[in-house]
Amino acid sequence: MENSRVLLELDGMSMFFGGVQAVRDMSFTITEGELAGIIGPNGAGKTTVFNVISSVYSPTSGSIWFREQDITLLMAYQVNRLGIARTFQNLRLFGRSSALENVMTAMQNRYRYSFRENLWGYLSPSYRPDPAYYYSFAESLLHVGRWSGVEKHIRAKSMELLDRVGLADRAHQAAGTLPYGMQRRLEIARALALDPKLLLLDEPAAGMNPEEVFALNGLITGIHREFKLTTLVIEHHMDVIMEICPHIVCMNFGAKIAEGTPEAIQNDPEVLSAYLGDDEEEEEKKKKEVSA
Amino acid sequence: MKKSLLGNAAFAALGLTLVFLPLSGYEEGIVALLCVNCIAAMGVSLLTGFTGIFSLGHAAYMALGAYTAAIMTVRYGIHWLPAIVAGGFIAVLIAWLIGIPTLRLTGDYYAIASIGLGEAIRLILENWQSFTRGARGFPGIDSYTNRTVAVVFFTVLGIAMFNLIHSRLGRELKASRDDRVAASLMGFDTPSSRMKALLISAFYCGISGALLGGYMNFIQPSMFDMMKSTELTAVVVFGGLGSMSGTLLGSAIVTSVMEYFRDISQYRMLIYGCLLVVIMVLRPEGLLGSREIWSFIPALRSGVQRKGRE
Repeated sequence: MENSRVLLELDGMSMFFGGVQAVRDMSFTITEGELAGIIGPNGAGKTTVFNVISSVYSPTSGSIWFREQDITLLMAYQVNRLGIARTFQNLRLFGRSSALENVMTAMQNRYRYSFRENLWGYLSPSYRPDPAYYYSFAESLLHVGRWSGVEKHIRAKSMELLDRVGLADRAHQAAGTLPYGMQRRLEIARALALDPKLLLLDEPAAGMNPEEVFALNGLITGIHREFKLTTLVIEHHMDVIMEICPHIVCMNFGAKIAEGTPEAIQNDPEVLSAYLGDDEEEEEKKKKEVSA
Repeated sequence: MKKSLLGNAAFAALGLTLVFLPLSGYEEGIVALLCVNCIAAMGVSLLTGFTGIFSLGHAAYMALGAYTAAIMTVRYGIHWLPAIVAGGFIAVLIAWLIGIPTLRLTGDYYAIASIGLGEAIRLILENWQSFTRGARGFPGIDSYTNRTVAVVFFTVLGIAMFNLIHSRLGRELKASRDDRVAASLMGFDTPSSRMKALLISAFYCGISGALLGGYMNFIQPSMFDMMKSTELTAVVVFGGLGSMSGTLLGSAIVTSVMEYFRDISQYRMLIYGCLLVVIMVLRPEGLLGSREIWSFIPALRSGVQRKGRE
């Protein structure tokens, strides 16, 4: 990695829901440009980590840093505007709008991170709408000025993205009526439309058959390469993550139990016991399967 | 982009037709009333159909518009045109004050809060005797709402509304309707999106109320009670949630049916009720569902398709 700037840092983050410790003392860093994965059995707290990073929840303790800025207490939309986009495990598309509209909805919201002077006259890092994707309220009322140019631009760019994930021929179909695998890809396209710095994919392979999973792996690595996009993937299917992610964090019962390369994770005794149970013989048998 | 121009032109043509169609005095009155009702219905449709906020108190914004315009024209002798616009803006101002605390509520909770607020505004108008003449009503308003004025307001506001829902704000509102969490993770400040929808809908209702005052020459608080609010929302559901042309169609049908059965006025509410039941049974999604009317014409088809192309 030629550029090893830290993009995202979790520092001792904990998230409790009442007495339930969903995530305990979680710390890891993601450097710019990497493709990292979080694995763990069901209920290990992976999605909670994502929800905290994207500020759907604010953590009970600890802090989250993105591009050297503390984002722990920001609202979800502010975090998003700084350049974190995500998909959802239980699909959250805008079901009644067409696939194209779904992507356009995200596309119109491109924000640019910038230094700008704020109300009190000092310069502070902030974000502002990308002028190429923006027009004013008056222009939307009368469809004059920048409206037609920007709309055309957004539409063309959105079609490009749909084409990239292989949904161009379904562009005008209502998103809620698309087959499951396509909805997952549409979610990825919608997240990409925001032109994020960090892409969070929450179980992108859930409910897919092996062929679809294979195609998805290709899509994720392809996007990672093309857009030079730092990507963090959650999966509980070992095979997806092991194949595509050089950097893996393994969780169990809300805590990090291992971190490192796929080989290191595969041979970590704690990971094996989390996935395969503690029985020694059983463990030996399954270990062969995992490495096979 | 060409379609937008075509749509605007079609709407303007509809407006011109309504202005210059030779009609009897009675029919002219119905056209004016139709336009007034459609303006309010469009406002409620933006809020209910496109943003997913059910309100049962929007008649209050009509009342605010009506009283503002009436008091300005009668007491202070101001020309009716600025008075109507002022009516819209007063409604926006009050909606903003009400929206700050109440838009944190979602779903049914907001609907219940809106009933309370709507009734509160009506009761204030009813009891502020010195300013509004209370329950006796406010007579002597100039009949400034003739057919031309009503149709021009309807056309201008209608074009603006259709343009609005086919622009970034339209997509923003639909996003926050379909999934608020996802919308906020697409960078939308969803409370502020909801506020924008509320303010615009209040503006439309305010204008509509101000025009209604000029049409009736007389307003009283009981015209803007909960029945009226329910009727506004019912018309939107009748036409189809998320379909602006459906709302206009629904509003036109309901207004004409009510007008047609004016002779047997005791039974009008009965007929109105039956009409709603029939629609709910035959078309549970409303007249047009969530599609616009032109998506039913194959040649103009570009909107959302229900089924995939095989």
